Amino acid sequence: MAWFELLFAAEVALGGLLSGVMYALVAIGFVLIYKTSGVLNFAQGSMVLFAALTFVSLVERGVPFWGAVAATLAVMTALGFAIERTVLRPLANRSPMTLFMATLGLSYVIEGAAQLIWGTQVHRLDLGISNAPFQVWGLYLSTFDLVAAGIAAAMVAALTAFFRFTHTGLAFRAVADDQFAALAVGLRLGRIWGTVWTAAGVVALVAGLLWGARLGVQFSLSLIVLKALPVLVLGGFDSILGAIVAGLVIGATEKLAEVYIGPFFGGGIEGWFAYAVALVVLLLRPSGLFGQKIVERY
Amino acid sequence: MSFLTRIAPALLAATFLASPVLADDQHFPLQSYRVGPYAAGGTGFFGGFIDYMTLINTRDGGVNGVKLTWSEGETEYEVEKGVEVYQRLKSNPGIAAWNPLSVGIAYAMIDGVTADKTPLITINHGRTDTTDGRVFPYVFPLLLNPYSETSGIVNYIASKEGGPEALKGKKIAVLYHGSPYGKETIPIYELLAQKYGFDLVQIEVPHPGNEQGAQWLQIRREKPDYVVLRGWGVMNPVALTTAQRNGFPVDRIIGNVWSNSEEDVRPAGDAAIGYTAITTQASGNQYPVLQEIIKTVYDAGKGNLSDPARIGSVYHNLGIVNGILNVEAVRIAQARFGNRTLTGDEVRWGFEHLQLSPERVKELGAENLFRSINVTYDNHEGEGYVTFQQWDGQKWNVVSDWIAPDWALLRPIIEKSSEAYAKEKGLPIRSAADADAAVSN
Repeated sequence: MAWFELLFAAEVALGGLLSGVMYALVAIGFVLIYKTSGVLNFAQGSMVLFAALTFVSLVERGVPFWGAVAATLAVMTALGFAIERTVLRPLANRSPMTLFMATLGLSYVIEGAAQLIWGTQVHRLDLGISNAPFQVWGLYLSTFDLVAAGIAAAMVAALTAFFRFTHTGLAFRAVADDQFAALAVGLRLGRIWGTVWTAAGVVALVAGLLWGARLGVQFSLSLIVLKALPVLVLGGFDSILGAIVAGLVIGATEKLAEVYIGPFFGGGIEGWFAYAVALVVLLLRPSGLFGQKIVERY
Repeated sequence: MSFLTRIAPALLAATFLASPVLADDQHFPLQSYRVGPYAAGGTGFFGGFIDYMTLINTRDGGVNGVKLTWSEGETEYEVEKGVEVYQRLKSNPGIAAWNPLSVGIAYAMIDGVTADKTPLITINHGRTDTTDGRVFPYVFPLLLNPYSETSGIVNYIASKEGGPEALKGKKIAVLYHGSPYGKETIPIYELLAQKYGFDLVQIEVPHPGNEQGAQWLQIRREKPDYVVLRGWGVMNPVALTTAQRNGFPVDRIIGNVWSNSEEDVRPAGDAAIGYTAITTQASGNQYPVLQEIIKTVYDAGKGNLSDPARIGSVYHNLGIVNGILNVEAVRIAQARFGNRTLTGDEVRWGFEHLQLSPERVKELGAENLFRSINVTYDNHEGEGYVTFQQWDGQKWNVVSDWIAPDWALLRPIIEKSSEAYAKEKGLPIRSAADADAAVSN
């Protein structure tokens, strides 16, 4: 009996870790933009919806899979540069709160545009990855979850290398450190912001495909930001590594809490429990586990 | 189909959409939702309702010569927008009834429609104790309230197991949406578990339900014989795919009336094949009334659905049945008050005499689409029968006869709740004579 309970607890934790990977996929999109512009992009969830809806609508119209991927990437690139030109550039040097409110409005515009262009129907998205379970040492696993974890790991590795070793990545970091200094040494802020919003669009597409395969491509995709916010608070808004580690921690913690603490509260606690964890972290470590500590002189 | 043709309904409804409202017409203000998270259900339901009214206007010239008109206001399924639309449209002349298809909006309107003396129709949903028309004269949870739904599902499981006595010792898990809607049936499942002797586990899924790993692991640990899915929106396909990931057999999952549409199963792909759900109205377009709508409305280019492939879908057919019930209530009221535009209170009288036998349903071209209804002044649900349909990957197939919920068992509980409400609000308990006299004044 004890062995069975132990196995069950391990399974709950493992399931949480795999869910956490999915949360991190969304959180990475936030991190990319915050890291380079200091903007908390509330429209990231809408971008996930827009990317997935564009992709699946193209596939349903007979466009081959990779053709749809390429076309959606082109659309997300255009969207990224359009946002830079029409929203960010006119608001350059405004307060972070102003920029945050701008992205809040942007999220409604993108959601509305997505439904206006592609309709409001729910779509099935089949990536050809099996969801059927198989057992390893008595634990149920699915190929889909493992593939999602692999993709997230690859994305983290690629982005980390990008920021560390490429010219563009270094430019991103320079802009993040000091926009005025970056401008003074000749970096083109507009182009960098456009590029980073494009990168966030690519992350949104990947997250949209994986979440869309799990939920169906529908309006609710935009609500997955609610799962990413506590991950960002815990991991730090500007750390890609923090996003993945915090995703794992939040995923496992909320699932264990739901199963073992939930019954004392009547169940259904995982939605707010992750936020309670984030609140505690905010009190103890405001910049998160991996976030850059900001020191300001007045 | 052109891009503009496809988006036109959403564009128009997103702002305001209305047919001209004339004083000698019978009017239906519609708090529709064609954008937002529940747009798929909203476009289907309101599309079906409008298609049926268009059929009546086109084929019959209205109800005994009285044309039906409607206005749409977009709510996105949000309560505050629904109330705002109600305030905006309630001054339209000749309003017959409100049909918001939203528990939250309906709750917010109860006091208002009671003061206005206009019926509020909550087909298949709403507050259960509004079934008691003695206390709630203007609210009609037609065909199925949540308690009857619960009883219907348990009766179906009993029929699969060989009778009610076979439920003893079985275990049923209820996976419910973490909202007032989801929680409404908790005490009824407990009551039925006591009555029939089955073990019961009720597990909440936090809104919106896009992550259910922990809940399905709990279900796997409990090893229930059946899982009842009381979901809404994205929670439904996620439940089915997560059940598959946890090795729970899909043919042991029974969905409730808001987990029974094509939009609930299609995103789940093969994980949904074999899934069964309750319904008050069958899907498909083989019924004579559907064929007439295709011929008279869609072939004439007047159909409301932008995608004709959705004709006969679950929500579309629910809208059509809702249209039949509204139109017949007007027709019944006209037989007493005259073939003219009726007041809301007169239409309320019509709903309180909405008795459609299976024979009358057949005359209306809806045989086997829904069974019958028997509304009275004190029973605003009207003893709707339920049936069960199974998803085969492409369409729903009916797999049961019409099943009657255990109304006699549920009625005292409903009356207890409604009488407590009446006491709290200082409302009178109406008699049949009161119901008849009210409209004469």
